[in-house]
Amino acid sequence: MQLLEPLEKDRSNLIKAIQMVQAEKGFISTQAIKEISDHFGIPVVEVEGVLSFYAQFKRSKPGKYKIAVCDGTACHIKGSSRVKNWLVEELKIDDGETTEDGLFSMETVACLGCCSLAPVVSINGKVYGNLNRKKLLKIIKDYKNRGDN
Amino acid sequence: MIKRIKVGMASCGIAAGASEVKKFLQQNIDDENIEIIEVGCIGHCYAEPLVEVETEKTSIFFDQVEPTEEYLEKILSVDKNSAMTFRDERVSREKLKVTRLAGRIDPVSFDEYIEHGGYQSLEKARKMQPEEIIKEVKTSGLRGRGGGGFPTGLKWSFLAAKEAEKKILICNADEGDPGAFMDRSMMESVPHQVLEGMLIAALATGATELFIYARAEYPLAVKNINKAIDQIYEHKVNVFDDRVIDITVKEGAGAFVCGEETAMIHSLEGNRGNPRFRPPYPTDEGYKGYPTLINNVESFSNVPIVIKEGGKKYAELGTENSKGTKLFALAGDLKYAGLVEVPMGLTIGEVVYDIGGAQRGEVKAVQIGGPSGGCIPAEHFDVPIDYDSLESLGAIMGSGGLIVIGSNRCMVETARYFLEFTTKESCGKCTFCRIGTKRMLETLEKITKGEGSMDDIEFLEDLGPKVIEASLCGLGQTAPNPVLSTLRYFKDEYLAHVKDKHCPALQCNDLVDIFLDQETCIECRQCIKNCPVDAISDDFVVDNDICTRCNTCVEVCPVDAISRVKRGEKNG
Ligand SMILES: Cc1cc2nc3c(=O)[nH]c(=O)nc-3n(C[C@H](O)[C@H](O)[C@H](O)COP(=O)(O)O)c2cc1C
Ligand code: FES
Repeated sequence: MQLLEPLEKDRSNLIKAIQMVQAEKGFISTQAIKEISDHFGIPVVEVEGVLSFYAQFKRSKPGKYKIAVCDGTACHIKGSSRVKNWLVEELKIDDGETTEDGLFSMETVACLGCCSLAPVVSINGKVYGNLNRKKLLKIIKDYKNRGDN
Repeated sequence: MIKRIKVGMASCGIAAGASEVKKFLQQNIDDENIEIIEVGCIGHCYAEPLVEVETEKTSIFFDQVEPTEEYLEKILSVDKNSAMTFRDERVSREKLKVTRLAGRIDPVSFDEYIEHGGYQSLEKARKMQPEEIIKEVKTSGLRGRGGGGFPTGLKWSFLAAKEAEKKILICNADEGDPGAFMDRSMMESVPHQVLEGMLIAALATGATELFIYARAEYPLAVKNINKAIDQIYEHKVNVFDDRVIDITVKEGAGAFVCGEETAMIHSLEGNRGNPRFRPPYPTDEGYKGYPTLINNVESFSNVPIVIKEGGKKYAELGTENSKGTKLFALAGDLKYAGLVEVPMGLTIGEVVYDIGGAQRGEVKAVQIGGPSGGCIPAEHFDVPIDYDSLESLGAIMGSGGLIVIGSNRCMVETARYFLEFTTKESCGKCTFCRIGTKRMLETLEKITKGEGSMDDIEFLEDLGPKVIEASLCGLGQTAPNPVLSTLRYFKDEYLAHVKDKHCPALQCNDLVDIFLDQETCIECRQCIKNCPVDAISDDFVVDNDICTRCNTCVEVCPVDAISRVKRGEKNG
């Protein structure tokens, strides 16, 4: 894989390699696993083994807008399960799923480090804090109505 | 004359809208003499977005700034009347040492760090013998801030004593405890201070290859620390007489257990992050077999202060066995959430009530130490914050997550939450950690659903200590703590769930009905309009069979006519 060329073929770079592929493609395809294993000269199962251990890695294509619902302690106390339910109702997808139009995917994560603004979600890395239902639905609506969708 | 305008742009500031504020200021201030810069977090996260205006003589802060003409006016006129006030209750109790520069300087300006005394401790350390450095750190009484509280100087001496072709040093920036953000804030706000501590440790121990293992969810921290590393290379700060120090940032990939040191080493080597049995300790056999030292971000951030002040002076602050200050990420049910730095020995109550502004009487407990920690009930808030006192209460100092739990929260549910977390994060290596936590979680779920029995409580009390006993690493060894500590202090809540099928906090959905009081109702129909499952009829009766207890109606009702009540109590 061309993307991986600059990366030294040292096993300690394996996680970095998977991260690079995911950053580029959004997820790790079976083909990509094969190419990563070729790059390092290690068996495919080794790559799969490492990949499946870490929550960050996705095996299926996520939505254009990746919603991370924080379920860290502060957010949990402040009602993150409700936040999640609002999204489930609005987008008709559950944890780890992508909407049919491919626009949104959702997953729960533990703590985005913005606990003082709990409850929070992040969408493609941008954090939205102090959420209530109205605020959240407005944010989702704004993403839906973006011109470039 | 305004010299500089600083906008707080750590993650918390950005989440509160600081980018928009900065953009607005840039677009609307066309005075070339005024510099607009980004700074990190001063710890008062509740007040974000924060803007500091620096004039020749003074500086003032504005809180909750909006991108509007009104705020622009206030800022440009340096309007003291609209300035943010720093509450004396907080200021008089905090002791800003580690975070002295956080939010005050441009995090990625090398020159500014230098201007504020940066890298002077490293200079001083260069003129010292390695043994002398270690002696100062030992004298300071500094203990690891990552949770374990191991004496830092002692750990350094282990690595220093090793003869090896190569020695490794790792900064643990994995900050996996959900509800903690001390390390994030330090890396975002003063990355050079972390690096300075690491370089001093390298001098003292002879390490040449340095890693920072950073949490995947912290993109800004990684960005800032990488910039700071580039500057270090540029200014050759990492070149010592006899060797050049390599520093690399490695990003984690979302696994809590990788915060454990042996798991972290496996992860750095490109493997699954399974912990392994110790000994051998990493200082004997670590990354790729080389002797390896692991310290936490906050531990390293303390080191420049120790060297600057000298160990003896540093040790003047704190208690008998816990020296210096501790950072806490204060959040939950309180008014002033944020990052606080307090001297060891302050009481929990002072942090929660005085600094955090939580209301006495409205707080049930604090959760300290995250999934490995425990809950401390309000009756014990006079306990001083130090490693030993907290442990005697069944909690731990932990890394610094401090979550205030209000009286309207259910402690059984809180325990269930942490167990769910550890169950998910268990790497699966040890049977008791893998299956034991799962059984405990299932039992807690039963109880929160009102299906529990007295046997279940006994089962938890029995299994908890076994999981602790039979697990290899700290994850399993501490996983039952949130359950055992809530059982210790809040057993009545467990009993209410089990015996009366009642959640006293009215939080557990399965034990709660939604009740609409028609006497109070003004028939505005807000609830009907907003109910996502059409559970409220046109004559204002809630159908609790359809209702999902999402609480939307409770929140939208303008006259508080809708409330959560004990299941079966009001609706027959
Ligand atoms: C499950 C588990 C998770 C941990 N997570 C962290 C972490 O996120 N950050 C950290 O500094 N230490 C963490 N630790 C503690 C480390 O293993 C280690 O003790 C620490 O990094 C040593 O640094 P210190 O002595 O400076 O505290 C964790 C330990 C366990 C068992
Ligand atoms: S708990 Fe949600 S941001 Fe920390």
